Amino acid sequence: MTKKLLKTWQKPSITPHQMGTLNKFGRPVSGDYVEKIDGVAVSDLLREYGSPLFVISEKRLRDNIRQMKRAFESRYQPVIHAWSYKTNYLNAVCATLHQEGSWAEVVSAFEYEKARALGVPAERILFNGPHKKRAILERCVTEGARIHIDNLDELYLLDTIAREFDKVTSVTLRLNFDTGYTEDWSRFGFNLGSGAALDAAIRIGNSSHLKLRGLHSHIGTFILDPRAYQVQVEKMCGFMELIEQQTHALIDSIDIGGGFASQNALQGSYLPTEQVVPTMSQYADTICGTLLKMTAQREAQGKPRLKLILESGRAVVDDSEVLISSVVAGKRLPDGRASYVMDAGVNLLFTAFWYNHKVKHTRPLQGIPEETVLYGPLCMNIDIIRQSILLPPLSVGDSLVLSPAGAYNNTQWMQFIEYRPAIVMVHENSLVSVVRRAEKLEDLNGFESLPTHLNGQFKFAE
Amino acid sequence: MSEHPLNNFLSLYSDSLKRLALNDSGFVFDPMTGQSFTVNPCGLELLKLMQKQKDVELINHQILAEFDITAEILERDFLEFSEQLRRYLK
Ligand SMILES: Cc1ncc(COP(=O)(O)O)c(C=O)c1O
Repeated sequence: MTKKLLKTWQKPSITPHQMGTLNKFGRPVSGDYVEKIDGVAVSDLLREYGSPLFVISEKRLRDNIRQMKRAFESRYQPVIHAWSYKTNYLNAVCATLHQEGSWAEVVSAFEYEKARALGVPAERILFNGPHKKRAILERCVTEGARIHIDNLDELYLLDTIAREFDKVTSVTLRLNFDTGYTEDWSRFGFNLGSGAALDAAIRIGNSSHLKLRGLHSHIGTFILDPRAYQVQVEKMCGFMELIEQQTHALIDSIDIGGGFASQNALQGSYLPTEQVVPTMSQYADTICGTLLKMTAQREAQGKPRLKLILESGRAVVDDSEVLISSVVAGKRLPDGRASYVMDAGVNLLFTAFWYNHKVKHTRPLQGIPEETVLYGPLCMNIDIIRQSILLPPLSVGDSLVLSPAGAYNNTQWMQFIEYRPAIVMVHENSLVSVVRRAEKLEDLNGFESLPTHLNGQFKFAE
Repeated sequence: MSEHPLNNFLSLYSDSLKRLALNDSGFVFDPMTGQSFTVNPCGLELLKLMQKQKDVELINHQILAEFDITAEILERDFLEFSEQLRRYLK
């Protein structure tokens, strides 16, 4: 007797035709799936390390920083990249970038200590941010890190410390100004237009122990118009000329901060990412071209060439990491849309609050794509990974690759309701290392201590 | 013993289901509302059976004989499909 061959079952689904409406979900993602990451099968990764799972591509990270350096160094030299720790301060990420030559850009005592513990010399650390207490400033002065002064109180404190330690200390002044293209970041640093920046430069000029050597500004993040950087470089160079005339300062570096956009889709933006995000060459053209023009005369006077410092964060790391998440349950919403509960939500993919991440399945899926909501595992209304995306029907256990996930997730994620999962790095030879293991109860309970009289003797109501 | 929820659905929506025009490529047209739909192959199979049958046991029997699927998953998916239809077949 021959057994009848059974047909494959697919979850039944029916989709109404919407006539004349533009497809606001972007291209359907069917047919386009990721089976492997740098040669390693997604299914193997999940089997070995569990779901959800962050996966970093070492190759992609190195390619990104090399490409950025090439774009800038072919137009201007010397260029220094300082890795913005807050963007992703996993040791494996920082170490990879330090191997590629990047310095460290830190904004807190914690980040400073992390960079030093990893083996970054103090002279290769730029210290930004509005919060620097005396103890960490003392350490920076002793060790020779470059402090970017944010406010007058910091300036006076630093001056006092440098005198107390009798250590001549090179400093950078953080500036803010309106570029006409970006949001106002005037809460950090000294304002150009108000004269505060000039006052600060003169005050540093009068100090016996502080030497003003650098100018810094960070004009915002995800900047889609390179002309913003043109205005920035022009204003910074104009200010440099002014203070070099009015004080004894000799500037050695112009630090333009970060802000280059990554290949991620901001919510509310209907154009494909590739059409709105400038290429690295476009950023480099504008920045280096303006810098060369603005410093030609200065160089003709025999002054040393300025170092151009970049603190690009998201553009370097974002697309080198993905988050793999699996379907826990499916639910048809009362309004007819498909929805799924995933095992990762905004607790892990914090940037889902402002990006529409790319979603790819990990095996070919049958069925008609329909409007779908992807929810996270938290019992919170705000826990939504994608509000609206066209996906074919998914089954429990199906995994999705969410990308890019490298920028600001492994630093801003929360231990809220759920454990945080493992992060692995795939190396160029397709070997895989765990670079941060999954959290366990002992890790979290380890922070706590229970007063003796609260230990046990619980009187539960019947 | 209470009635299987799908039997309720099948008798309540029997007329609406019967009036649907189906074709084999999955195009569905509802002449009452003028709305058209696309249904996937397994959904089409179920729709065809529902137009002929009002007893969920008989429909399940047919599907289980033809498809590689457990009764449990079928029940779950069939329920969800009926919720979708309930919404569209006013
Ligand atoms: C001072 C400074 N530098 C660099 C960065 C990195 O920015 P991005 O990731 O947009 O390149 C930031 C981010 O806020 C910053 O505040």
